[in-house]
Amino acid sequence: MIPLLLLACSGSTTSATTLVAVDGSSTVYPISEAVAEAHQSAGGRVTIGVSGTGGGFKKFCRGELHVTGASRPISTAEQAACDEAGHAFIELPVAYDGIAVVINPSNTWAETMTVSELKALWQPEAQGVVVRWDQIRDGWPSEEVHLFGPGVDSGTYDYFTRAVVGEEHASRGDITSSEDDNVLVQGVARDPYALGFFGLAYFEDNADKLKAVRIDGGSGAAVAPSGATVADGSYRPLSRPVFLYVRADAAEDPAVAAYVDDYLSERGHGLVAEVGYVPLSTEARAMVRDRFRARTTGSLFGGEAQAAAGVDARLRGSL
Amino acid sequence: MSAPRWAAARVATPSERLIEAALSLCGGLSVLTTLAILWVLTSETLRFFAAVPLRRFLGDTAWTPLFADARFGIWPLLSGTLLTSAIACAVAVPLGLMAAIYLSEFARPRERAVLKPLVELLAGVPTVVYGCLALAFLSPLLQQVVPGLAGFNALSPGIVMGIMIVPVVLSLSEDALAAVPWSTREAAYALGARKLPTLFRVVLPAARSGIAAAVVLAVSRALGETMIVTIAAGQQPRLTLDPRVPIETMTAYIVQVSQGDAPAGSLAHQTLFVVGAVLFGFTLVMNLLGQRLSAGARRAG
Repeated sequence: MIPLLLLACSGSTTSATTLVAVDGSSTVYPISEAVAEAHQSAGGRVTIGVSGTGGGFKKFCRGELHVTGASRPISTAEQAACDEAGHAFIELPVAYDGIAVVINPSNTWAETMTVSELKALWQPEAQGVVVRWDQIRDGWPSEEVHLFGPGVDSGTYDYFTRAVVGEEHASRGDITSSEDDNVLVQGVARDPYALGFFGLAYFEDNADKLKAVRIDGGSGAAVAPSGATVADGSYRPLSRPVFLYVRADAAEDPAVAAYVDDYLSERGHGLVAEVGYVPLSTEARAMVRDRFRARTTGSLFGGEAQAAAGVDARLRGSL
Repeated sequence: MSAPRWAAARVATPSERLIEAALSLCGGLSVLTTLAILWVLTSETLRFFAAVPLRRFLGDTAWTPLFADARFGIWPLLSGTLLTSAIACAVAVPLGLMAAIYLSEFARPRERAVLKPLVELLAGVPTVVYGCLALAFLSPLLQQVVPGLAGFNALSPGIVMGIMIVPVVLSLSEDALAAVPWSTREAAYALGARKLPTLFRVVLPAARSGIAAAVVLAVSRALGETMIVTIAAGQQPRLTLDPRVPIETMTAYIVQVSQGDAPAGSLAHQTLFVVGAVLFGFTLVMNLLGQRLSAGARRAG
């Protein structure tokens, strides 16, 4: 712990010149911001925008940014744009974004659900129509289901609707929708007929009061959310890795390198859990640090929309 | 603001004029603030109705302005507000009125001197404390008694809100009862009436407009209460009169949207002002009615 901290500090203090320009996904923003706060208190200077993953890549490939955050890997078209402008990049997985679907501990029927059942429950057409548990699956109680979800401005809501309903920002509206995750926890923890969803890290903090639904993503096998199932890609479709892309020429600037070093340090990964995401495995963290140290350019994950399958395995394969 | 006539007799010194101007400025400021609030509410409300026709506001039974299928029926929020307020009044009016009757007609002066300030302490408890009480204490307790009671419900914050406004009902009704002259009671006793018939046939009818004012102000207080219902009633607009399920009041909706990041000028942002205007309308009518009744009570007394 102590050598790592020293490393992070010495990295920052040597380079208080360049203002590091970060932009991109709102999902990655909380991590970037937490790292920047720690980094700035050690003398670094960072500015962070929230243009979204796509908007971030546009600016990044025009050379306007040093670093961009992405909640999905770079697309083939975006890679072509970067190549054309002559900007090589270093692709770094930094965390997983996982969503837990939660029920009351006394709920014994809905311990596993399929994605299509979740869709039948959450899609906009279900509003005012699917209101009882037995409408989702025969044999479930004929009781009203009470739904709890994060605020419609949150990245978690966007991601859940895209993964489950198939369209971003599309869900029923007759739910308890709160920006405050604790309202969701309280609501589900006190209501046997409730179902809700929010970031996996927040579930793990409240695992004594709630039960996580095992999700069957279509393979027939239901998987419970955990750091392990998220990391090996088996908890699908409600988990995804999130990335940091660093411009290769900018990485030569000591100020940019210091910020990214802080990001990839063990302290940086501690902040990942603090802001509500699932950290990479210890092995993956070391591999990502190696990847940055070697300034390895190019994309391991790019071109595919669903790249969850094994961050560890892919990194290992690249070595 | 012209100077009072008696002051005109003397020559006002410059410092007096300055003080006078400062005082009228202070008075004017609060009037201006009220006008500004009215102006903002009205202009944003008009802008909302330019985008959403009134018939969708009054004719729809779902309120989901933030979601993909945006619907703007005010009724679920209205029913939430009315439901929690009705529960609160069902608790506060009988409790407050009976307490007022006891304090005014039965309690000895020393009892009264101790009990009244104690009850009025209830009004000094911060509403956020009441909210936590409803969520973390009363709801779990009620869940053991009331079948099918959800963690967020209208019942528990309604009851707690009722306890909170007991002092409002108590003070005003006690004033109304105390304003009934002793000679009226003595006249009833002289005719052979006992204590209870005197109370129900003579004193309460004489104090009725003051008691009505107390009830109206209690309703107004309940309609506008925010913190308790935001914490404990849920945030799910639902057209229902079932007190066991999560609902959302108008005030809680305003809190919910203010917490998110609805950009200024967006329709979601304008819904804040529309709901605010409806709420303002309700409490304004209630307050005017209350003032009128209590003015009537003073004249009668």
